[in-house]
Amino acid sequence: MRIHVNGKALDVTAATLGALLRELDYEDGAIATALNQNFVRKTDRGKTPLKEGDAVEILVPRQGG
Amino acid sequence: MGADLGSDRLTLYGVEFSSRLLAGTAQYPSPAILSRAIAAAKAGIVTASLRRESGGSRAGERFWSLIRELGVRVLPNTAGCQSVKEAVTTAQMAREVFDTPWIKLEVIGEEDSLQPDVFGLVEAASILTREGFQVFPYTTEDLVAAERLLAAGCEVLMPWGSPIGSGRGLNNPYGLKSLRAHFPNVPLIIDAGIGAPSHAAAAMEMGFDAVLSNTAIAKAGDPVGMARAFALAVEAGRIGYRADLMHARDMAAPSTPVIGRAFGDLARA
Repeated sequence: MRIHVNGKALDVTAATLGALLRELDYEDGAIATALNQNFVRKTDRGKTPLKEGDAVEILVPRQGG
Repeated sequence: MGADLGSDRLTLYGVEFSSRLLAGTAQYPSPAILSRAIAAAKAGIVTASLRRESGGSRAGERFWSLIRELGVRVLPNTAGCQSVKEAVTTAQMAREVFDTPWIKLEVIGEEDSLQPDVFGLVEAASILTREGFQVFPYTTEDLVAAERLLAAGCEVLMPWGSPIGSGRGLNNPYGLKSLRAHFPNVPLIIDAGIGAPSHAAAAMEMGFDAVLSNTAIAKAGDPVGMARAFALAVEAGRIGYRADLMHARDMAAPSTPVIGRAFGDLARA
């Protein structure tokens, strides 16, 4: 299916947010996720289904002021 | 009011700090200089953000490791958020990643000045405090906005000195003095626009509780040296404030005693 990840359109096979992270080679570390602008807890990723057109944000700690 | 700083601690949401300088972590030439500058600043709190990262990159993990090695408290921000929804979701994400209820809340209303959208700020602060966050709102010197933020549950305010990254210092000292006077018991941290150690000292002399600086240190020719200068300036300003500054006058008042002055009566005969 085609979804948006961090603002870019991607064709993915993952059915859940947890599977998406593995498909895209994200380590299970300091990352945070949101689906369609809603925060998704780490513990909920494996049971959060994805559908066509979804917008996913995958964020990590970075420098900031 | 004495100048002894032994018991003069900065308390934010029940946590005490000996340093009144907060430091941002952005725009440093290298991670090594960032680490050395934070140490030279003696900052007890650093700010950080959440940003996108591509799969396979480990830059975020490396940065997070560096920050943890500094042994300082992290204050995550919602920098760049332009809506209540963006800011609230970013805060929720930050709480999980950084494992802290603290959030420096930014809801930006205008792209050139990066000034806060105070209406959105109050709404987001209200939502987040209900969810258990301890909010540090980046705001202006507006008194009404300050009242609304405190009513929304904020226990600290972070008024700007001038636009983010501008280095202009304290654009509206009269407004800032008014804010300080109206809320004498609220921790007020000057955030944004500080460009020089003298700006930080001036803020502390006004009675502000702390200063946050990022660009002025990171973009200096010698960030480590500048960090040290800021640490000294914040301390000097705080000591000066507690030692009760003299009142300024419009006209001169001799500092040397007039009585006993030679020749004075002959010259005027």
